[in-house]
Amino acid sequence: MQAIKQYTDFYNEVRDVIFERSTSEMNAQREQAFRTFSTKGFPTKKAERYRYASVEADFAPNFGIQLSPLGGKLPPYCFRIAEAEPRVRALYNKVADTDDSIVALSAMLSVDTLVVHVPRCERPEHPIQISNLLRGDRDAMVCRRILIVMDEQAQADVIITDRAASQNRFLTNQVIEVVMGDDAHLSLYDIEETHLLCTRYNSVFVHQGRNSSLHHTSLTLFNGHTRNRLDVVLAGEGSEVTANGCVIADKMQHVDNNTLIDHRVPRCQSSELYKYVLDDSSVGAFAGKVLVREGAQKTLSKETNANLCATSSARMYSQPMLEIYADDVQCSHGSTVGQMDESALFYMRQRGIDEKEARLLLKAAFITEVIESIPLESLRDRLHVLVDKRMRGELSKCEGCKLCQ
Amino acid sequence: MLQISNLHASIGGKEILKGIDLTVKDGEVHALMGLNGAGKSTLSGVIVGHPAYEVTQGSITWDGKDLLSLKPEERANEGIFLSFQQPVEIPGVSMVNFMRAALNARRKHQGLDPLPAAEFLKLMREKRKIVELDSKLTSRSVNEGFSGGEKKRNEIFQMAMLEPRLAILDETDSGLDVDALRIVAEGFNKLRTPQTSAIVITHYQRLLDYLRPDTVHVLIDGRIVKTGGPELAAEIESRGFDWIVKGME
Ligand SMILES: Nc1ncnc2c1ncn2[C@@H]1O[C@H](COP(=O)(O)OP(=O)(O)OP(=O)(O)O)[C@@H](O)[C@H]1O
Ligand SMILES: [Mg+2]
Repeated sequence: MQAIKQYTDFYNEVRDVIFERSTSEMNAQREQAFRTFSTKGFPTKKAERYRYASVEADFAPNFGIQLSPLGGKLPPYCFRIAEAEPRVRALYNKVADTDDSIVALSAMLSVDTLVVHVPRCERPEHPIQISNLLRGDRDAMVCRRILIVMDEQAQADVIITDRAASQNRFLTNQVIEVVMGDDAHLSLYDIEETHLLCTRYNSVFVHQGRNSSLHHTSLTLFNGHTRNRLDVVLAGEGSEVTANGCVIADKMQHVDNNTLIDHRVPRCQSSELYKYVLDDSSVGAFAGKVLVREGAQKTLSKETNANLCATSSARMYSQPMLEIYADDVQCSHGSTVGQMDESALFYMRQRGIDEKEARLLLKAAFITEVIESIPLESLRDRLHVLVDKRMRGELSKCEGCKLCQ
Repeated sequence: MLQISNLHASIGGKEILKGIDLTVKDGEVHALMGLNGAGKSTLSGVIVGHPAYEVTQGSITWDGKDLLSLKPEERANEGIFLSFQQPVEIPGVSMVNFMRAALNARRKHQGLDPLPAAEFLKLMREKRKIVELDSKLTSRSVNEGFSGGEKKRNEIFQMAMLEPRLAILDETDSGLDVDALRIVAEGFNKLRTPQTSAIVITHYQRLLDYLRPDTVHVLIDGRIVKTGGPELAAEIESRGFDWIVKGME
């Protein structure tokens, strides 16, 4: 209760300031969001989508809430919401699940939205890089909104990196909405590389038009507590989504990926591959549902979650789910949890490779499939290096800057 | 020099090696023959430090050093190489990264800096030629999807890269076609120096024709029951092991 109250009290206190600093389309959603959040409160483990999260505990600490608008020079194709085209601005909070308390909290407290807009038929020459940096000399709670609008036949690569530049405790509530027009193609990368004191709620909502394709990759390289939600609605015939992810966790890290692929119309394809490498006492969770609605014939869908627990104290909860209401479909799903391959370890040691290095090679090998599936070659190469550094414990806080060069 | 005395070893509480004595001097090639299940792979596993085996009695020294107190990787870096009877597939670890890690571990052990990338790749090319290993194979993951023969050839390629002082070949000939056997055996001979010694485990005469062992041992039920010259291998090829077993009774 206390956890909810600190946010509603804060809102009541600064409501006027927020309204003044924000835009009409964001303000239009705010009071309803406030009502949703106040009535629903934080979801408990009973809620299907939050079975592996401890939401109330994560949001309980009273960090100062930051209300700062977007700063810095924005990359090409990026706008503050006030500067985006009206029809684009109007899409704010239209794709997100507004009944969800985490989304409601974000709509209630966010003052600005970073809009990425790629107009019809355009294709940016370079990947669009969005770098979120947590910094400051005190602990903070941060709300972030990103709205990506891909007009018809637009194509882009968008790389979002979350990093933390100071060793404070941070709580991030990030909501990313993606609207893809017909024949639009997007590769979206979400790379988290923060630190043990960071808690992140990241909710991504995608709406895909006819013959559009999305390649989404979620990479948790370093974190504290992370909860990633990905909801994709395949709303136009012939649309495709690839949703891959990899998680590297050790110490007491916690990573929860929760996905929903919603096949609403015929002839769509979805493919999911999530791989986790868990060391020490880390905890991983994957719950992925593929929903094939009535009439969504000729659906092709594949879902795989493979996990490597490198120690006996690491834990993995895996729950792939298929719900099918159409008869002419091809769907498969599966999950595995395995340990280090002892015979491979010994084989490497017989060649002179010490045990620590051999374990490291095997762990990196396990997730290499996800990195290799990344269409953007330059990013793939840098990620191989980053993963190697991460495994060796050489990943410094600012290593992520290399991604942005 | 490898010196094994009164070696007893067991797996899961079951004694497999029941008192082995074997000395392999520098430059010598010893063949080890014997029925299936006699303990030949167990002996090679114990020499390289496979954690599944428990040594209950006896000793192994390598140039006077107590080998049994060393970790598997230390034994490897001291120059002991095992060509596995069943090489392991390691999906996701490329041959290049694997060999680089192995070679640089060896160099580090010798107090040398890692080999620069260009030189390393040149070395890979040179050594590949010795066993005529297809470059397609070295661009893949370690042994992944390799045929039985390709895996064996890859073992000798790795041996060529690492230049061990003692090579243990555990049925490297099985799975190789006639031509491949010749290439691998001739490759092995090219790699030998006057210091290189070898223990060659095989069921067949053919490989030994190429490698010309100094000594042939017969291992039965965890013991070396007969030792002789190359003619012993030929005799086994024609007569089998029955006469040896009978002679023991
Ligand atoms: N993990 C194990 N648990 C129990 N027994 C084992 C295990 N590994 C090997 N053994 C047994 O040890 C004995 C010796 O096996 P080993 O592999 O050393 O034989 P080998 O002489 O190499 O035979 P082959 O010619 O068939 O390769 C066999 O009886 C085998 O079944
Ligand atoms: Mg054997």
